[in-house]
Formats: sequence, structure tokens, C-alpha cells
Amino acid sequence: MSKPKVFEKPTGVKDYLPEAVSLLRGIEFRVLDCMSRWGYRQIITPTIEFYDTVGVASSTKERKLFKLLDQNGRTLVLRSDMTAPIARVVASLLKEEPYPLRLCYHSNVFRAFEQEGGRESEFFQTGLELVGDGSPEADAEVIALAVASLQAAGVKTFKLALGHVGFLNGLFRENLPGREDEQQLLKEFLLKRDHVGYKQGLRSLELDDKVRAGLEGILRLRGGEEICRQAHAATSDTVAQEALAHLCEVWEVLKAYGVSEHVLIDLTMIGDFSYYTGMTFEGYSADLGFPVVSGGRYDNLLAQFERPAPATGFSLKTNRILEIVSKEAERAGRRTMIVYTGSRRAEAFAKAAELRAEAGRSVETKRLADGEPAVPERTPDGMYLYDGRLYGEWLSFD
Amino acid sequence: MQELLRVAMPKGRINQSAIRVLQDAGYPIPDDLESTRKLIITVPEAGMEFILVKPVDVATYVEYGVVDLGIAGKDVLMEENRDVYELLDLKIAKCRMSVIGLPGREPAINPKVATKYPVVASQYFRERGQQVDIIKLNGSIELAPLIGLADWIVDMVETGQTLRENGLVELEQIFGITSRLIANRVSYRMKNEAIQQVCDRLQAVVARSE
Repeated sequence: MSKPKVFEKPTGVKDYLPEAVSLLRGIEFRVLDCMSRWGYRQIITPTIEFYDTVGVASSTKERKLFKLLDQNGRTLVLRSDMTAPIARVVASLLKEEPYPLRLCYHSNVFRAFEQEGGRESEFFQTGLELVGDGSPEADAEVIALAVASLQAAGVKTFKLALGHVGFLNGLFRENLPGREDEQQLLKEFLLKRDHVGYKQGLRSLELDDKVRAGLEGILRLRGGEEICRQAHAATSDTVAQEALAHLCEVWEVLKAYGVSEHVLIDLTMIGDFSYYTGMTFEGYSADLGFPVVSGGRYDNLLAQFERPAPATGFSLKTNRILEIVSKEAERAGRRTMIVYTGSRRAEAFAKAAELRAEAGRSVETKRLADGEPAVPERTPDGMYLYDGRLYGEWLSFD
Repeated sequence: MQELLRVAMPKGRINQSAIRVLQDAGYPIPDDLESTRKLIITVPEAGMEFILVKPVDVATYVEYGVVDLGIAGKDVLMEENRDVYELLDLKIAKCRMSVIGLPGREPAINPKVATKYPVVASQYFRERGQQVDIIKLNGSIELAPLIGLADWIVDMVETGQTLRENGLVELEQIFGITSRLIANRVSYRMKNEAIQQVCDRLQAVVARSE
């Protein structure tokens, strides 16, 4: 490898310039504010963790973890999500705190070897975890708050698709009893979103026509409330029935929250089976080709940190949201320049302090050299152009 | 008015059969989509807007969500590994991915394999525990074994005509290829009904032709 040029950066990482940061901070602030109004308290955890604890527990595949060694040769990882670190904290520092625990975060996370398809090596997530409550009420709270968070972030049109891993687990167990490998194969196809492969896989299993048609039919189980009822007819397996009953209950709660119009039920929507244990959801905006939020229930994670508890949560893909929230022009109107000469410095600073006390106002000051003319250009829309920058207000103490 | 579905159509070999399958499904699409000079072709009667792109790029446009749907060969989907929904096997542009070589040759200890599909080829040989050197070429693949650049090639075979003309034989088939209807992850949910309708109508055409 040749030596990088001075301006080069490693693959998949970004600088955020002031305009982007101001948007990002705006989103972060509004979303965290929204979460705090629901009783979620913000938490910060370290950027590096042990591979053997948080690294192993996280849902990120091993090859996508950034790894490094500490002084003693132990393997460290850069955190790939916030869920596993929060589980660690809940099971250790917060172990005396009673459930349910409501925690939220805004954080950068790291994934190796992701370059294309809108994926970055370092990106921001804003999210929350509700630990210690396994009820449909808890799942619905998290979904309703995902809706509120997207609205707070400024995402206009969006939909959340809601599924449940228990439905497919139960359905496959019922129709392909004891054929674990084949169940796994079919789930892999669904996970890869390969419906053609799924149907071909079903055909190759030489199933009874009715069973095959039933399993093919689940690809159509997408829509509103009615889907739960349709799906009830498709299975008599207890796990699947319980999953559907849970989803129906979640739906009822979402109706009470008044957010069900944003939610679709999609029983083919599945997350990682080894991680999620209950409902899972993903959110989409019409303005972006990639999901903007994802989440679900992960009741087995806390046990890995020796404080077993049900848990549910989500994370917003904050940098993707950054791309679609209206790029309000930086409010030059609130940007003020005060120029002064040495003799009137104190007056100028007093004025600056007064203006800085106003919310949303930014004030810059500049000392004029002796005899320097201090006349800004006026732009057609009434702004001041001074030293190549636009200001809404321009004051002179000379 | 309903929002148009944006569809990426492949140029070249698959183009005509892809247009035909849409026409058979009742969408009034002109035959000469490819010969117009326009880059974006709106067909309001079909509720669709088409872009014409190189076949290998279809899945990329779909993954990024600049189009909702696309028609792409399984060869491209296997090679590019894009995160898209593969909704329907259109059963058009049938061919296969194969290992091809000169007849009666002893395989070399460390065979060289020339291909336009390095991902597919290396995965195939890796899974068989065979160690090969992959050489990526962009065209005239059949030339490689003739001139001694490679021992084998991995390429798409439609009729086998070109192979026969050059004295090559198909040694093994890796997988069958047809064109697929693919959808963007977000469109699949946000335009659920419109996409399901297209999918159903196309499925009926496929079922009829079987």
C-alpha cells in the first residue's frame, strides 16, 4: 500500500461540515428531547469494548466488527451497536435498579467492510431500549415512540412494517416437523428477501400441495389489521398463534396511541433469527431507498450478561435521516457580525453579550484595523455580505 | 392520480423478452423502448416510468431506490449480491452459468479461470474445495482458453453455439439463469399494492406460458 495523501481518510468514514452538523445536532436534540418526554434517560457507554463480552453478544457478524488489541493482547471491538453495551450496563452498574428501565442514546457506531449501498464504517444511531417488560404494551410503546421520533426528526411520510419471528418459527415447525435444516434454508431465503428462491425451495421439498400453497401464501401476508386474522387461519401451531395474538394486542395498543395509520403488518418481515425473539419492525420513508429505523424484541440478550430480562428497542439511522430532512438554509438571519475599533471594544462586547442571550442567535466579532473601511455589501434579499460570508445583521462600533 | 412506478429495464439481450412479458401482462409498452433516445420514458397508460440501463446495473439502481422495480438476470443478482427483493421468476432469457474448457485436457495443478463473474466463480470453486486463480475479463471470454490465458472459463451459456464454433465444451453447469422481477426494500412497503399488482399480473403470464 502506498502512503495516503494528506487529505485521505480510511474507507467508509466521513467528516461532517458545520451545515451538516447543525442539521445532525438538530435531529439528535429533537429526538432525544422527544424520548426524554416519555421517560427515557440518556446513557453514554465506551467506544471500545471487549470482543468476548459485548462483541460476541452483539447482533453484528464477526467479520463486520472492527477489532483491535489492548496492551495485554486481549481483543477489543469498536461498538457496532448500542444495544449490547446497554445490556451490559443494565446487568452490572444498574443491576439494583428495578425494571422496567427506559434508556436512550445518540452515538456513533462502527461496522467494518461496509462501503456501498449507503452503508458506512462509522455512522450515527439515535435509539432507545425498554428493558424488563415483555408485554405487548411495551412493544407498542416502543413503536409509538419510533413514530414520534421520526416525526420529531422531521421525516414527513413514512411507514413502519411490523412482523414477529414467532409466527414463521411456529409455522415452519408445524409444517416441516423435525426438518430443522430445511426450515433454516427457507428462513435464509426470506432473510435474503429472495422470494423466488423461497418458492423454489418449497417446491423441492415435495410437500403436500395444500401445505405448499399455505407456505407460499405467507408472502402475501402484508397489510393492516386484517392480516392477523388471515394468518390465524394459516396455522394451528401454538407458538405461531401466540405470536399472532401478541401482534393483535400490539395493534390494539397502537390504535389507542393513534399511530396505527403509520404501521403495516408484514409477517414475512424478519430480522436476524438468532437475535430477535418477538416482534420486529423496520421503518421506511418515501424519500429514501433504505430503511430509516429498525428494531424489535430481543429477550435472550440480557441473559448473556447474567441478568435475564425481556427487552425491546429500536435505533434510528440518523445519518440517513440527515439526507432527507428538509435542508433548511442555515439561518443566516440569526447570524450577526459586530465590528469594532479598539476604543469601543467594551461597548461592542456588551452588545454581543446582550444579543447572545437571545435563543438561536449567533454573534461574531471582529476588530477593525486602524482606518480599515467597514462597509458590508447589501444583497438583494436584505442580507449583509461581509468578508465573503452572509449575515442577517451587521453592527459597527467605530 | 396514482404515482408512477419507476422500473429499470435491461438493455440488450434481455430487453425484448422483458418488454414482451410486460405487454403480455396487459401493460401497453412500446416495442421500441430501447431505440428511443430518451433516457427516461414515461408510459402513463401503464402507470410506469422506465429507465434503460446496462443489465449489470439494474440491481444497483433498485438497491439505491432511484427506481422501484427492475428486471435483472439471476447471473447479475448472484454476482452483485445487492440487497433487493427478488419477487418473481419471469422465466425469460433462460440460460445457465457453466464451467467451460477445451475437451480432453488434464486440469492443471493450479487452474486459471477467466470470467466476467469473479464472485460467482470464486465461490463455486471455494465451495468445492478447489484452488484456482480467478482472472477477471470484461468480454471475449471464450478467447481465454484458446490462447492459453486460462484453463477454464466461467460464463453464461445460452445455446452453446459460440462454444461449439470455438471447439469448447461445457464441463459443468453451476446454476440455471432466468430473469427476475426485483424490488427496492422501501418501495416494496411504501408502494405495496401497486407492486403486488404488477407482480400478480406478471405471475399470471408466467403461469400461462408454462
